[in-house]
Amino acid sequence: MSTVKQDTRLRDILGTSALRPDGVAKVMGSFSFSSDMWAENMLWGATLRSPHPYARIISIDTTAALLISGVSAVITAQDVPGKATYGLISADQPVFASEFVRYMGEPVAAVAADHPETCRRALAAIIVNYEVLTPVVDPELAMLATTEQIHPDGNLIRHQRIICGDPHISGNITVEGNYTIGMQDQAFLGLEAAMAFPDSGGNGVELHIATQWLHEDRGQIAACLKLPEDNVRLVLGGVGGAFGAREDISLQVHCCLLALRTGRPIKMQYSREESFFGHVHRHPAKIWMKHHATKEGKIVKVESRMVFDGGAYTSTSPAVLINGITHTQGPYQCDNAVVDGYAVRTNNPPCGAMRGFGVVQACFAHESQMDKLAQACGLSPVDVRLINAMHTGDKLITGQVMESVAPVERCIRETDAIPMPETLAPNANVLEFPGGSGRTADRHNIVRGIGWGVSMKNLMYSEGFDDYATARCTLSNGIASLKFATSEVGQGFVTLAPQIARSVLGVDDVVLETSDTQIGSAGSTSASRQTWMSGGAVDGACRLVRERLFEHVGKLHNIDPIRLMIEHTDVIDTIGTFRISVAEATQGITLSETFEHHHRKTEDLDANGQGNCHVAFAFVAHRAVVDVDVELGLVKVVQIATAQDVGRVLNPLSAIGQIEGGIAQGLGLAVMEEIIMDNGRVKNPSFTDYLLPTALDAPHVVAIMIEEAEPQAPLGAKGIGEPPCISVTPAIIAAIRAATGKALSRVPVRPQDICL
Amino acid sequence: MTVAVPLSLNEAFDALSRTPDARLIQGGTDLMVEINFNHVKPVDVIALRRIKELRTWQVNSNNTITIGSGVPYQEMEVGQLKELLPALAEAARTVGSPQIRAAGTLGGNLGTCSPAGDGLPVLFALDAIVHLQSAVTSRELSIHEFMLGVKRNARHANEIITGVTVPILDGWQGYAKVGVRNAMVISVASACLAVDKKNNSVRIALGAVGPTIIRCRDAESWLVQQLDLTTATSIDTTIAQEFGRRVALESKPIDDHRSTAEYRRHAVGVLAQRLITRAYTS
Ligand SMILES: Cc1cc2nc3c(=O)[nH]c(=O)nc-3n(C[C@H](O)[C@H](O)[C@H](O)COP(=O)(O)OP(=O)(O)OC[C@H]3O[C@@H](n4cnc5c(N)ncnc54)[C@H](O)[C@@H]3O)c2cc1C
Repeated sequence: MSTVKQDTRLRDILGTSALRPDGVAKVMGSFSFSSDMWAENMLWGATLRSPHPYARIISIDTTAALLISGVSAVITAQDVPGKATYGLISADQPVFASEFVRYMGEPVAAVAADHPETCRRALAAIIVNYEVLTPVVDPELAMLATTEQIHPDGNLIRHQRIICGDPHISGNITVEGNYTIGMQDQAFLGLEAAMAFPDSGGNGVELHIATQWLHEDRGQIAACLKLPEDNVRLVLGGVGGAFGAREDISLQVHCCLLALRTGRPIKMQYSREESFFGHVHRHPAKIWMKHHATKEGKIVKVESRMVFDGGAYTSTSPAVLINGITHTQGPYQCDNAVVDGYAVRTNNPPCGAMRGFGVVQACFAHESQMDKLAQACGLSPVDVRLINAMHTGDKLITGQVMESVAPVERCIRETDAIPMPETLAPNANVLEFPGGSGRTADRHNIVRGIGWGVSMKNLMYSEGFDDYATARCTLSNGIASLKFATSEVGQGFVTLAPQIARSVLGVDDVVLETSDTQIGSAGSTSASRQTWMSGGAVDGACRLVRERLFEHVGKLHNIDPIRLMIEHTDVIDTIGTFRISVAEATQGITLSETFEHHHRKTEDLDANGQGNCHVAFAFVAHRAVVDVDVELGLVKVVQIATAQDVGRVLNPLSAIGQIEGGIAQGLGLAVMEEIIMDNGRVKNPSFTDYLLPTALDAPHVVAIMIEEAEPQAPLGAKGIGEPPCISVTPAIIAAIRAATGKALSRVPVRPQDICL
Repeated sequence: MTVAVPLSLNEAFDALSRTPDARLIQGGTDLMVEINFNHVKPVDVIALRRIKELRTWQVNSNNTITIGSGVPYQEMEVGQLKELLPALAEAARTVGSPQIRAAGTLGGNLGTCSPAGDGLPVLFALDAIVHLQSAVTSRELSIHEFMLGVKRNARHANEIITGVTVPILDGWQGYAKVGVRNAMVISVASACLAVDKKNNSVRIALGAVGPTIIRCRDAESWLVQQLDLTTATSIDTTIAQEFGRRVALESKPIDDHRSTAEYRRHAVGVLAQRLITRAYTS
């Protein structure tokens, strides 16, 4: 764990480690998460799920369930008044399965009852007759035209090529490999939960929900409910983490339907086990990659074939795929490329957004390749990366020019300069050894390895999507209040937004209004985008209000507003002596402005994968030092050194939190986190067997934040949420390879992969 | 659901005779998980936590220790219990998290009788005696007769496990457990080794590699023939390796979502080799 030096901060403006307003409440257990909501006269809702990965539904009999005393409603596909399906990109996922269930855990019915236990009994009393079918679980097979198509839209969700430069060129040196990435879960701690309040008359509903994007949810819910969007109001409930798993609809429509059906407030919440079935996961992927290079190690061409298992429904698979293939080159110059990407439908659980969004998979492959290239050319892992490092102005394999600040070289050099950890001391604490509290290793069983990973990650949404953000600022009597629909999922926007207002407006007191759909969209809290997008919107709204303030003060005191500026908490005349506090200047008046921040336009990719499809990019380097018990295949990640391209640090404490958290999540994918599938069945839907890193697994993190302000970004700051978790995974695996000499082409790496 | 909270064993037996189908709960770290997963729906529960007799331990005159079934793991990790039973202390340290070790007990580990239970290999290596009592009977059962299979034991429904008795041995002892993360993990394979210098013997018991804990009698008796366990101060690498190989042969692991049979067999061999080496290096 790192510590952030806490300078005496007089005012919580941009650049200070302002503390989270909800921090103490969360630590003390008094913060109200969505699952803590309660309402007078409420009922509980619960979902019946398919026990089969693939089956035809022959009949559903709800009679017995309805007879149970305390049960108010049982609903199935027939009870969906509007659109029967939903989805972020393609509406191909049924609210309730009617003809077929296509993955284990797919919702079939929902009940409302007076108690969770009554719900459980009601679910058990629903009789569903299934004709069990053989699931299609191998994406390679699934994409063949000769294989049974498990959905009317077909099994191939998307195929996209990238052809760049000379597809036939080669180099003196070629290296290739096949890589496998397992299915990771976002494993947020605050489980899915919502409360729906029906409007009297049943023409509308208010849903309090833990989500990443209120407006997108609203659109999908309204369509399924067949209500005008205005009649569906969403309010952000307390969110306990997201990492992509709250982008898709889970219980939203079910909860609203039950509320409208019963006319009573409905509370729904998933258990941990249900949560594993209730949200999408990270795409498992198989990647073949081949690099052609000069004998000096300069990349000439990259070739790749990527297959992403999308599971039963589309979710964000097409976008995840595009992220994967457009990051094939990694943060390296590359003039020639041939890449084929496939996102495929199977009877596995649906996969979608998770921190890193397709780039995680590509990065594991390209970084493994860079080490192979280094070896083939007799270069060090650092040198091969420096020789190939991308710079601003370089052309990407999509033809897009890298316009972002691209301090790849600096990330690598500064990471390289971070001191190595001490070697294991003779009196080292055995709990710090690989195997930890299991006391498996003695000192002489341990071999230390060092590995590298460097990544590039796009920021914001791509391919022509205008994911704008809206904010309103109201200034009155020295108090600023901010309104936006931005989801706070733990990333710290509730800390940042007031910092922006304080900096721009010279106020100290900032009130955050409820995040809900009573204002324009903020876009999703994902794609490392909210600091840039909602931060830009809040900044824009505050600046408009500041202009109004200067006009007001100028008029009153006969000063050209252009001469006025904010200094600390005062409005001052830059060429005179006039000074008035913002509090005094805004006594009795109210200034209010709304601002929408749009990023620059992007384009679709053409048939050859060419087009300016991304908005901007961020870079990071990771160096992992890992102790390995070679004989037992157990590991301890000792240190992660990292230098991250952040643009500008707006809150050092928040930034280090993102970096350390991301590293822990990337470590999880490297050595333990995996949803284990067996012919379409999830084998480990609980924290007993889905392992997350503990304090004894977490490494010492030494982080450097590289501040080169990004001209495109409203606050100069790049998104920092995703990069920490991307290249740390290959860095850790490279370190294990260095310690063991094993090829290790799969993550998570398992003890038997290392030692057998 | 009724919950009886007896303050003594006698009160507990009274409760048990009133509600013979009641589930006993000690630390609740197994039972509550089962309840939360809806695997069991007890109508009556008898909570044993307030029974002082079960939460104590004592050294007996015949060089043995009796540990009450309600003593939490955290007490085994420290102090005199750690000094006298170092293998138990190490096993206790590997259990769950601090919260789990504050609540979890040997009584519960025995009650559940999972082959992955971390207390059990120690009890098998030490040839523990399990004390079982009902309102009218009291019996002592060897741990080898107590554990019958995966989550099956010889306890009668009207009995309470009151404690275990284990010998205080002269000789090194230790426990090692392989899991896929460095703390709070269910055992993939584990081993407890205890040297009994007085009887010139070594005992090794394996966890999570068979339907019950496995004592490796063949490997044990092979080792006795290789060196004098009472006087030896070091051990040849080749002997340690061969010991490991023989231990691995006695394991009966399976493939499941936590690991593979092949890895488990390999791991217990490595653990055995390392434990015996530790025993003769310090
Ligand atoms: C997060 C977590 C991590 C865990 N990690 C580990 C681990 O690393 N290693 C490990 O071995 N276990 C682990 N466990 C399981 C559990 O903690 C242990 O098995 C513990 O020993 C159970 O003890 P308890 O007192 O809590 O049992 P309880 O849950 O109270 O009881 C367990 C069973 O034993 C019966 N029982 C309890 N006391 C008696 C008695 N006196 N007489 C007769 N029957 C009785 C109960 O009826 C029940 O069937 C973990 C559990 C959790 C929740």
